[in-house]
Amino acid sequence: MRVPSLLSIFITVTAFAILSNASLYTVNQTEQVIITQFGKPVGEPVTEPGLHIKLPLIQVVNRLDKRFLEWDGSPVGIPTKDKTYIYVEAFARWRINNPLQYFLRLRDERSAQSRLEDILGGEIRNAVAKHELIEIVRSDKNRAPVGDQTLQGASAHIGSLGTLRPISVGRNQIEADVKEAAAYKLNEFGIELLDLRFQRVNYNPDVLDRIHQRMISERQQIAQRFRSEGEGEAAKINGRKERDLNEIRSTAYRTTQQTRGEADARASEIYAKAYSQDPQAADFYKFLKSMEVYRSILTQDSTLVLSTDSDLYSFLKK
Amino acid sequence: MSLQNSGLPDLPQLPKAWILPLVGIVVVLATITTSLFTIPAESEGVVIRFGRYLKTVQPGLHFKWPLGIDSVEILPTRRQLKMEFGFVSSNYTNPYQVGTESERERVMVTGDLNAAIVEWIIQYRIEDPKKYLFDVREPAATLRDLSEAAMREVIGDRTVDEVITIGRQDIETAALGRLRTLVSLYEIGIIVDQVQLKNVNPPPPVQASFNEVNKAQQDRESMINVANGEYNREVPKARGEAESAIQAAEGYALKRVNEAQGDVASFKAMLEQYTKAPEITKTRIYLETMGEVIPKAGPKIIVDESLRQWLPLLAQTSKVGGQNP
Repeated sequence: MRVPSLLSIFITVTAFAILSNASLYTVNQTEQVIITQFGKPVGEPVTEPGLHIKLPLIQVVNRLDKRFLEWDGSPVGIPTKDKTYIYVEAFARWRINNPLQYFLRLRDERSAQSRLEDILGGEIRNAVAKHELIEIVRSDKNRAPVGDQTLQGASAHIGSLGTLRPISVGRNQIEADVKEAAAYKLNEFGIELLDLRFQRVNYNPDVLDRIHQRMISERQQIAQRFRSEGEGEAAKINGRKERDLNEIRSTAYRTTQQTRGEADARASEIYAKAYSQDPQAADFYKFLKSMEVYRSILTQDSTLVLSTDSDLYSFLKK
Repeated sequence: MSLQNSGLPDLPQLPKAWILPLVGIVVVLATITTSLFTIPAESEGVVIRFGRYLKTVQPGLHFKWPLGIDSVEILPTRRQLKMEFGFVSSNYTNPYQVGTESERERVMVTGDLNAAIVEWIIQYRIEDPKKYLFDVREPAATLRDLSEAAMREVIGDRTVDEVITIGRQDIETAALGRLRTLVSLYEIGIIVDQVQLKNVNPPPPVQASFNEVNKAQQDRESMINVANGEYNREVPKARGEAESAIQAAEGYALKRVNEAQGDVASFKAMLEQYTKAPEITKTRIYLETMGEVIPKAGPKIIVDESLRQWLPLLAQTSKVGGQNP
């Protein structure tokens, strides 16, 4: 008695639940829904979020995303126009803007992603192969590089170091071109392509080795330049030192010689002026000088022979 | 076995009157627990009814319709979140903080077609929970992609020297500006507060040659310093020596002139006396000089004028004669 009644309640509840579940469905804020009847879409796509009703059992809910969706491209190895092998990784943003067409042509996101990969990958290949590497790397045509003050001079004449090669198109324009070309092709799948960007642009490993070699040789040249600059500067300073030393020493020599000479001249002028003021002075000077000479020549070593008729003895004789 | 035996007879023993209240209590409890929710201080909650956005609620205790009718998404809108690029730090809670391919994230091509290894972080906040939740799938992953694209654009417009040494500040500013532009274009409900460069290096095979440049730079400085040192050691010394030689010469000049003037003054004084009585002065000076000179001289021989021819002989015996003057 108790058991059958519980069972009947259970059956009723379950049947109600199944029925309501089969005819009521929620559409999430992030979704849009296409109702199909035996696999064929019926009515307009449901884009309004909330609770909705459908025919139970025969109608099926197909949920599609309404948000901006991502596409992350896998690395594509491509040679650029200047034959440099690079890997390009791009990402894009898209959304289903025509759900019915999308549903009919692609059914689910897996096939959409593979179609995106085909179309975007192809357009990226085309675009990269049409341009030189620098066009893909750089974006601002007008930017002038800031020179490294410490390297100034040292890097002036080494290859393209410290300069940015000019571009005519630039990364952003190439991205826009790819986007435009792909957007047109994706339109027929009910997909709106909103944006495409290059995420990574990198050298192929073989190329990278060559790039490294070039960078090393550039740096070595800078280093060499620094060293020879140092040697040059040192030599300049040494030269200045020699010059200054010679200048100082020779100037000093000139000054001392001049001073001495002038002093000698002035002294002899003083003497001459005094001794030659009149004949008597000259006479007296000669006399005094000869007395001085006696003083200096008569020493202990000399033998003095005095004749009685010398001046000295002339006083005795008298 | 014993458990089954003891358990089975117990069930029917539960009073029938309890079943309904028990079910009621369970329903009430379930209703209460599923209709109350709290939002933490640094977060905001988004209430969704039957999948449809209803409202955004602020921190605190809130009610919602129970039993799965309303659901709540809690987003830490006031917390600053971080993403790392090119490296992985050890502990993190935000699953989007680190990338899956940090090795590939950090290799970049510079505007002079060199390679550089760039590591950076960004700080961001969820600004608009509604956009973040409903307008974009994978907003955080999208932000990672945008950050890489923005950083590569900025690095691609700079020389390797700007990237590695001098342009860090400029790169951070430019990358932040660029990233903000892209983020607002993508409408992912995120605001980026900061872009910060971490390690920026030349590629490992090239690093040694970059260090070599630094060393060479220092070598240059030291060569210049050594030369300047020598200059400074020798030149001031030579200047001092020159100054001293000049001073000595000036001293000599003064001495020479002063002496001359002294000599002349003494001569003039004597001359004055001489002019008064020339003969007698001359004689006096002569005798004074002789008197002074002769005693100092060696052997002295006095001869008469008639004995002049003896002189040669005397010269040979000068030593004998010297003993008795």
